[in-house]
This record gives sequence, structure tokens and C-alpha cells, in this order.
Amino acid sequence: MFHYVLSRVLWLPPTLLAMALVTFLVMHATPGSPLDPVAEGANPLSPEAQKNLAKYYGLDRPLYEQFGIFVSKAVRGDFGNSFVYKTRSVREILVETFPVSLLLGSMALVFAIVGGLTLGILAAIYQNRGWDYLSVSLATVGVALPNFVLAVFLIILFSFVLPLFPTGGWDSPRNWVLPTVALALAPMGIIARFTRASMLEVIRADYTLTARAKGLGEVPVIFKHALKNAFIPVVTLLGPMFAAVGTGSFFVESIFRVPGMGRFFVLSMTGRDYPMIMAVVLTYGAFLAIMNLVVDLLYGVLDPRIRY
Amino acid sequence: MASSTPASDIRLGGGRRPPSDASPQGGLRGQSPRSNVATSGEGRIRGSSLWRDGARRLLRNRLAVAGGSVIVLLCLIAIFADVLAPLPYTKTNFGRLNETPSRDYPLGTDQLGRDLLSRMIYGARVSMLVGLGAQVIVVLIGVPIGALSGYLGGRADLVLTRFVDVMYAFPRLLFVILVMSMLGAGLTNIFIAIGLTGWVGIARQTRAQVLAIKEKEFVDGARALGAGFGRLLTRHILPNALTPIVVAVTFGIPEAIFTEAALSFIGVGINPPTPSWGQMVGEGQQYIRSYWHLCVFPSIAIAVTMLSFTFFGDGVRDALDPKLK
Repeated sequence: MFHYVLSRVLWLPPTLLAMALVTFLVMHATPGSPLDPVAEGANPLSPEAQKNLAKYYGLDRPLYEQFGIFVSKAVRGDFGNSFVYKTRSVREILVETFPVSLLLGSMALVFAIVGGLTLGILAAIYQNRGWDYLSVSLATVGVALPNFVLAVFLIILFSFVLPLFPTGGWDSPRNWVLPTVALALAPMGIIARFTRASMLEVIRADYTLTARAKGLGEVPVIFKHALKNAFIPVVTLLGPMFAAVGTGSFFVESIFRVPGMGRFFVLSMTGRDYPMIMAVVLTYGAFLAIMNLVVDLLYGVLDPRIRY
Repeated sequence: MASSTPASDIRLGGGRRPPSDASPQGGLRGQSPRSNVATSGEGRIRGSSLWRDGARRLLRNRLAVAGGSVIVLLCLIAIFADVLAPLPYTKTNFGRLNETPSRDYPLGTDQLGRDLLSRMIYGARVSMLVGLGAQVIVVLIGVPIGALSGYLGGRADLVLTRFVDVMYAFPRLLFVILVMSMLGAGLTNIFIAIGLTGWVGIARQTRAQVLAIKEKEFVDGARALGAGFGRLLTRHILPNALTPIVVAVTFGIPEAIFTEAALSFIGVGINPPTPSWGQMVGEGQQYIRSYWHLCVFPSIAIAVTMLSFTFFGDGVRDALDPKLK
């Protein structure tokens, strides 16, 4: 166990380094440069000015040197200044926006897990009946539809037809509801599907029969005996789920005008904001890797048969 | 999921049929009489009834048939867009901006007074083209790489699996956005971006299949009878690995459509004025409070398309591999 955790933790830095390198290379290999703005209405810079800027940002050095400098600064948490928001450091921006995205993402995940488990269990207990169809269709819609399409439908339904929630903003908890739901539906659908499948398997297992045979009621059978075992395969899903919630956040955040870091995923790339691109990709990658590790460890705790 | 089930096991179900209905498809697997012996006469018949059984099961699945019909309809709309659209998609009418649906404009007009219905009809063209076209590229890159790496093993395999792992660590959509923002918007670049990122999954799938199949007796038999490397791979191993690849492709199509919609939503996908549903939602959602119709209709189009492909894909998976249901 200890060795497993240690080796997984030791693998983190090389993985992140590989991600950084690939991002760095793709970023530099493709045409266009931050010195030569592609944005609409931007004035082309004179060659001298470009040279000065390149020197200022260290872009005139050979690539391997630039990468080395980046890595040595990044390990100290210094990602440099944003090329686009020139007066602010990347770190400042992330410290401000990351918590917002984290809150939105966590709420969405909690909602997805609770909702998905409930739907999955109901579907399995009432197989091929009303609840089953409802939960399977909800799951299919959640999985199949892009979340910006879901967001549009949610706004129409719950802001216009039934004016329950505002169309956007982030000031009060009332604003949080629709973005959370829009972000949560896809992972919820996946969880519901998997819970249903694994519950169906477990409900027919011998130990469930034994539990019933010894006279247990329906509630303890389902929650104590069946769900505990059905939950194990669902846990493995949670790792990749962070990815879905993470990348989905751009669309949801921009439609509902949430001041999170989602928009930088896109804006940094279209704006050739090199320091921002690196910081965003790495923050995301580190977060994902750590979550995957936590999920894998959790898996071992839930299922004592698994030994690392 | 699909990757864990060797294709040859899947076919066992079909094998119980009387060996009378050999179809021309069986010929794929054994070209010369000698390799027929190697793959065993039974294998051919199983192979032929797999696809026929699959088609029968697919046709019995109502949701899949409904999804398939919508897909055919969408393809027809895409092909005959020029005939079907009431107006050219660039035709502006500055006297009638942002109008809600009326008799002249069944779905209303957009910010430039263009007919929304016409733009949506042309949008189907982009979606279908991306969905189907990108999968061709994905298969052309992914299958050979996966097959070679699974078959050769050793160092080549190691390099590939490492690479695939790194690619998996990247959020896929982010990578596509990165590639697109560097290449610039445009249909060709969307193909390139989706192809560059999408082949990884298919390669992984193919590799797993080839790994399982290359150890089977019929491959040994064919090798013993003198079949060369290329022949073994293309005539004996790949045909048996086909079902999961087909399933992966059917699910890859809506994913590509989604990717294009997402890219165009952001503004790095299709170049205006060519209409794309994702782009229409992206532009329209900014005015959702004042002009709801701008983003609602394209959203419905995306929703219907995605659901149709999902139902169809589920049907194909269940039909080809009933065990996975």
C-alpha cells in the first residue's frame, strides 16, 4: 500500500512535466506569435518593438532554455505575467478565479453523485417500469447533449417559462442553481447508467438472496448489502468525471456569466497568452492527476479485495 | 467495456446456425482454400451470420431505427441543402432583424436579418460532413497504428501505449481547441484537429483486440500455412477485430459533431458566414434574454442529432454484441 502510494506520487512530476512539454511544443510549433497580435483591431507591431518585447519576455532565447526557465519558475509557483492582462500575474488571476470554478465544480459533482445514485438505484429496483424509463431517458439526455445546449434549455425552462432562477451572474446562491445543474447532468447520466447496471447485477447475487432469506426488509437489503457492492465500479468513474466537469466549465461559465477560470481555457489559447496556457493546462492536469490518485485509493478502501 | 471482449467469442452465439447460409462475406476471411482450412470452415459461416444477425437485431430495435431514420433524413437535408433552403444563407434583410418566427421566415431571422431556417439547413451540412469525415481520418490513422502496435508488441508497443497515456491525460476538448486556435478556423482544420486527437481511442481499441486475437489457434494455423505478416494482419486478424471498431466509430460520429459544435460555439470552428449549429448557439446565447429563438432552434437541432446518433449507436452496439447490453 505504502509503496503503491509512493510510486503513484513519484509518477506525478514526470507526468506533469510531459504534459508541460507537449503543451509547450505545440504552443510554439504552430504559426502565430503573441508578439504579432491576431486579435481583431489590433495594430501590427514594428519589428523593433517586437524584438524588445521578445527580449523582455525571454521569447528570444532558444526553446530549450525557455522551457528550462519556465519549469524552474513554475515549481516555485511563479508562472510569470499574463501576456493579455499585462498588469497582472498569472498566479493572481488563478487565485481569484480558481476557487469559483472549484465551488461550481464541487457542487456539480455532489449533485451528480447524489442524483445519479438515486436514479440508478430506482431504475434497478423498478426495472422496466416507470422509474427505470425516466432515469434511463434522463441519463441518455444528460450524456448525449452538449452542456451548452442543456444550458440553453435550462434557461428557457427555468428562467423564462417558469421564472424561478436568474439567467446568469454569481452573486447569490440562487444564481448557482442553473449552472450547477447544467454542468452536473452529463456526469449524473453516466453515474446513473453505471449504478443501474451494477445494481442489477448485485440484486441477483447470492448474498442478496441470503440477506432476503434471513428476513431483512427491503431497505437494509438495498442499502446495506446491495448498494455497498454496487458502488465500487461507480467509484472508478469519478476520476474521469472531474475531467468532464473541468472542461465543461468553459461553456457553462460563459453562458451563465460565472467569473471562474473556465474562460481562460479558451481565451488564453486564442489570445496566444503563453504563460496563461501553461498555467491553466498544468493546474488542470495536476488537479486531475491528484483526483485520480484519491479515487484509486478510495477504491482500495471500499473493496478490501483490492491490494496494491 | 468493448475492448475486453475478444471478437471471436462474440461470434459464438451466431455459430449455432446451420452451416448452409454462407454469404460472400465469408470470403473476406479465407481467400484461398488452404487458409479456409486454417480459419476452419465454421469460422466463415459464423462470420457471415454475425453481420446478418446484427442487422436483424438492429431493425428490431425501435429506438435505433428511429435514430437511424433521423440520421438518413439529416444526410438528405445536408446533401440537398441548396434545393431545400428557401433563401441563401448569406442573404441579409436589414429591414427585419432578429424577428421571431413568422410566415415569411418560419424560424425567424438573425442579427443580420438572415433566414434562420435556411441557415440551419446549411448547418446540417457542416455537422454531417464533420461527423462522417472526421471518422474516416480517425480510422485511417488509428486502426493501422493500433494494429501494428498490438501485433508487433515490444518497443513499438511500449512507445505507443506511453504516448496514448499522455494523450489521455490531456482534456481532449482543450487539446482540440489548442490545435484549432493555432491552425485557425476552417472546415479542413477541424478535420485535422479532430483526426489528430481522435485516433487515440480507436488505436487503443484496435490494439486490445489484436493482442487478444493474435494468440488464437486460427492465426497460428494461418501462419503455419505460410501466411505472411501483411496477410495475417489484414485477412485474418483485423476482420475479427471489426465489431468493436464499428461500435467505436458509431459513437465517434456524435463526438465529432459535438466537438465541431463546441469549437464553433467558441468561435474557433467554422468560418462565418458559413453557418454551423454550434456557432449559431454561441452567437445566439448572448441575446437569449431578448431573442430566444436565435439559440433555441439550433440547440434543438443539435439535441435531435446527438440523440439520434446515440440511439443508433446503442442499437449497433447491442446488435453486434448482445453481451454488452
